[in-house]
Amino acid sequence: MQYQRSKTGILIERAIELLIRLCGISAILFVFGIFFFVFREGAPFLSKLNFAEFFGSANWNPNSQNHPQYGVLALIVGTFSVTGLAMLIAVPFGLGAAVFVSEFCTGRTKETLKITIELLAAIPSVVWGFIGIGVLSPIMIKYFHATVGVNLLNGAILLALMSVPIMVSIGEDALKAVPDSFREAAIALGATRWQMVWRVLVPAAKNGLLAAVLLGVGRAVGETMAVLMATGQSIRIPHAFTDPVATLTATIAAELGESNRGGDHYQVLFLIGILLFTITFIVNLAADLIVKGVRRK
Amino acid sequence: MSAHTDITPQATFAETPFTRKKRTQELIAKCFFGGMAALMVIPLIYIIVHVVAQGWQSLSWDFLTTNPRLGGAKGGIWSVIVGTLYIVTFSLCVSAPIGVLAAVYLNEYAKESWFTRIVNLAVVNLAGVPSIVHGLFGLGAFVYAAGMGKSILAASLTLAIMTLPVIIASTKEALAAVPRQFREACWNVGATRWQTIRRIVLPNSISGILTGVILQVSRAAGETAPVMITGVAVFKAVEGTGLFLYDPFREQCMALSMHLYFIATQASNVAPSLPFAIATVMIVLVLAVNATAIAFRSWLRSRKKW
Repeated sequence: MQYQRSKTGILIERAIELLIRLCGISAILFVFGIFFFVFREGAPFLSKLNFAEFFGSANWNPNSQNHPQYGVLALIVGTFSVTGLAMLIAVPFGLGAAVFVSEFCTGRTKETLKITIELLAAIPSVVWGFIGIGVLSPIMIKYFHATVGVNLLNGAILLALMSVPIMVSIGEDALKAVPDSFREAAIALGATRWQMVWRVLVPAAKNGLLAAVLLGVGRAVGETMAVLMATGQSIRIPHAFTDPVATLTATIAAELGESNRGGDHYQVLFLIGILLFTITFIVNLAADLIVKGVRRK
Repeated sequence: MSAHTDITPQATFAETPFTRKKRTQELIAKCFFGGMAALMVIPLIYIIVHVVAQGWQSLSWDFLTTNPRLGGAKGGIWSVIVGTLYIVTFSLCVSAPIGVLAAVYLNEYAKESWFTRIVNLAVVNLAGVPSIVHGLFGLGAFVYAAGMGKSILAASLTLAIMTLPVIIASTKEALAAVPRQFREACWNVGATRWQTIRRIVLPNSISGILTGVILQVSRAAGETAPVMITGVAVFKAVEGTGLFLYDPFREQCMALSMHLYFIATQASNVAPSLPFAIATVMIVLVLAVNATAIAFRSWLRSRKKW
C-alpha cells in the first residue's frame, strides 16, 4: 500500500517553503531598501552639491539666511577623532580582556566575566550618554581642567566602554579558533604563558583580532545618542582632547528635527546618512572578509 | 642506588631560579591581562551603583504608576513605560517571525553558493548600519513613502528592521546547535524537509531562539535615535493609567529612552535626581531582561538531550 499525502498538505508545505525563502532574502532587500530610501530623500540636492566644499570645508552654517554653507569636514574630523581616541583606549583593554577570558580564567570567573561583558553591551546608548553628562562630565572639569565637561575625551571614554564588548567576544572567538596544539607546543618548549600569548597566539589569531577591532570601529562610528549627549555638539575642528566636537551621526540626530522636508538642509542630512552608510558598509565588509579568510584557512 | 631513591617527585620539581622566574612571569601575565579585564568591569559597577544611588530617592510606586505632567518635569513615567512597551511588542512581533524564518532558510535550505554568501553579507551589514541611518530609512520609507506619518507603527517597523539581523544571527546559532544526526534520522523515516524542521529542528532549538529574541527586548527598549525621528514624541499628555493609552496606527507615543534624553538635556525645572531615576528604571529593565535570558539559557543547558 502506498501512502499518499493530501494535496492541500503538499500545497501548504510549498507555500511555507516559499515564505521561508522570501524571509531569507529579506536581508538583501532591506539593505538595498535602506540605501534607496535614504538616497531618495537626499538625492535632489546632489545637483546643487559642490563636492569640494562638502568634503573640504569646515564651515557648517545650514541656518544662515542668505548664504548657507554645508561643509562636513569638521563633522568627519569629529567622528574620526572621537572614534580614534576611543579605539586607543578600547583596543588594548578589549583585546587584553579577550586574552584573559580565553586563556587565563576558567569556570566561574569566565562565566561571570562573560555575563558582565554582555551587560556592558546591553546598556542602552542613551543611558551611556546620560552617564557622560551626569557622571563623567564633573570628572572632566575637576581632573582634566576642561572648560566644558561634555567633550571629545568624554565621548571617547564612553565609546570605548561601548565598543569593548564586541571586541572581547569576537577576539575571544578568534583566540578559541587557534588549535590547542599550538599552545601545547609552546608550553612544552618551556614558554611562559606571557610568551605564548605574544609569540604564538597573537600572530596566529591576528586576522580575527583585526576583525574584532574593525567591528569595534564600526560600532563607534555609528553610535549616535552617546556622542550626541556627551561630546558637546559643537561643529568645529578640535585642537585638544578637552574640546567639544560634533560627529556625523549626532549632527543628523540633532538637526533633523529643525529642518523642513525637501529643504536643502534636510537633504544634506540625508546625504550625510549615505556617507555614514558607506563608511560602515566598508568597515563591516572588511571585517567580514578578514573573518572569512580565517575560516577558509 | 640510594641516590636514585632520593629522587622523589618533589625533588624533581624543586624550585630552581629558572622556575621561580617563570612563575613570576606567569603571575605578571595573569595580573596584566586580569587588570585589563578588571578595568572594564570596575567602571560598569561604579556607574551602575552611582546612577542607582542618585536615582533611588525619586523612585517610588507613585513615580512608576502616574503619568508625567508639565512637559515631563513633574509626575511619574507610566505612559512613558507603556509607550516603550507598545514599540517593543510591535517591533518584535514583526522581526521575530521574519528573523527566525530567515535563519531557517540560511541554516536549513541555503546551499554553499555565492548567493548565500551575499545573503550572509547583507545580514552582517544590516547589523552594522548606524542606528540613525535606520532612523533616516524609517522616515523616508515608512513615515513618508508608505504614508504612515510619525506613528508608533512607523517607529516599531524601523526598530524591527534594526533588530532583525541580530535575531537572525542568534537563531542561526541555535539551529546549528541541533546535531545533524537528528535531521538525518528524521529524513530516513521519510519526512520532508519542512516536516523535519517543524517536528525536530525547531522544538530542539526553541529555547535558544527565545533567548536571542528576549535579549532584543532590552535593545529595542533602549534605542533612541531611530525612534525619535519616526514616531516617539518628546512629550504627550495622556489621560488614564490603563494599558491602552495610544492608537498605534495614528498616534505618536512617549518612550523611556527618548524621555531620558529629553529630561537630561533639554527639559527645564527638573529635579536633579529625575534623570537618574529614569536611567535607573532603564538599567533595571536591561538587567531584568538579561537575567531572564541567562536563567533561560542555563535551564536550557541543564535539560539538553544531547
